[in-house]
Amino acid sequence: MKILLPFLLPLLLGIVCGVLIAAGALYFNPIAMGTLSPLAVSGRQQVVLNYSAVPGEAIVFTNDGESRTAPQPSKVSQLWEAPIRQTTVLVTALKDHQGSTVGVGVKFSSLSEATRLLNNEAIVESAWHIALPRQGTLQIGQTENHWNYLREIVLPAYWNAADSWKGNWRGLLSSGPNALGTARVYGGSGRYAGTLLEAAEYLSATAYSARTGPVAADGQLVIELPQDQTRVAGDAEP
Amino acid sequence: MIKLFFSGVIIGVVGTIAALYYVPAVDQAREASVITVAPNGGNAERFHVNIPGDRIMLGAQGRATALPEGMLWPEDSVLDGTQAELFKLRNQRDVVIGVASRFAVSNSDIGSVVEWVVHLPARGSLFAVLDPAMRDGGRDGVLRGGTGEFSELGGGLSERWVAASADGADGNDGRIELVASYVSTRVQESPDDAGPAAETDE
Repeated sequence: MKILLPFLLPLLLGIVCGVLIAAGALYFNPIAMGTLSPLAVSGRQQVVLNYSAVPGEAIVFTNDGESRTAPQPSKVSQLWEAPIRQTTVLVTALKDHQGSTVGVGVKFSSLSEATRLLNNEAIVESAWHIALPRQGTLQIGQTENHWNYLREIVLPAYWNAADSWKGNWRGLLSSGPNALGTARVYGGSGRYAGTLLEAAEYLSATAYSARTGPVAADGQLVIELPQDQTRVAGDAEP
Repeated sequence: MIKLFFSGVIIGVVGTIAALYYVPAVDQAREASVITVAPNGGNAERFHVNIPGDRIMLGAQGRATALPEGMLWPEDSVLDGTQAELFKLRNQRDVVIGVASRFAVSNSDIGSVVEWVVHLPARGSLFAVLDPAMRDGGRDGVLRGGTGEFSELGGGLSERWVAASADGADGNDGRIELVASYVSTRVQESPDDAGPAAETDE
């Protein structure tokens, strides 16, 4: 062993350096996903729905009960069964640009096996079920990429001595399934009945705790309407 | 020594890349699907929700008791006539395989609406709109769309309430049965259809 040690030491040191170089290249990859949705430059009319992305401010938030983010309220049934253990459900009030409640939404999010950290892809498959009682109902299916969120908020919070991150971050979550990276929206009833629309979901965060999850964060759904839709409360110009 | 160090660096870089490529970051637990062939074409799959055991949330205006306990449902007038429910969903073997939401909305703006979203984490999501009128003790509806393995499927979804046996041995009041029928929506072109178009292109 003593004979091998002088050879093993530089080899092990090199391996550690190699791992750090690879991790650093991944973390600082300059060609990671952009933060602009094609809907941001669309000329069509859009519905903008805002919600609080802080689980503690949700109507209901549940997960496996063992994650750092606690279910809300505390006595809600938890998703501990193996097939749903990597799933979270958020039930939240949806507000228009003036802050008035216009409906309620249920968001299912599951970690995806399509996740490829090597490609800067931390994929979450999600589905929204939305009721806007004065307008109609919508169902949204989307693929989300949380890589930028993990890289710019979650990891820095863990590295921070205070286990927290503070700043001003806004990012695009939607990355599919449509070709341009937008979410697919199926109109269920009311003014949206039978329509097939596109949407993009954004997340804005100003504070995050490594111990409890998001502290101050807001989500925003931007849904593009067909050209013949009339303007109603809750709609916003692009 | 220097050669050994740089060899280690290369091993470290390549090893990290190989590990990220070959080791899955996410591994979802799967239950084998229980799907039957429908007599008139397509496939059918049955799900159910045990009531009250599998009900996660029941939100509606003016409810005396909230479910779950401690939930604060928004008391905005815009949500009058809106009921939202959240369930764990089971397959025919009584194993939890997903979660589902059900909206029942009734107002003068959009009429009566009953909808389901079924989310099966390893498979995808199903979006269904049901006829609000009861028929033969249940409601029938159509699949509006889906994600994952359901993204190219159409068909229908029906819901039925099945009361528990009188002895109530399993501790449930009954169950909501959902039957999804799947029909592929992918248009398959026959060689005959493709022929003339190909000739035109030439």
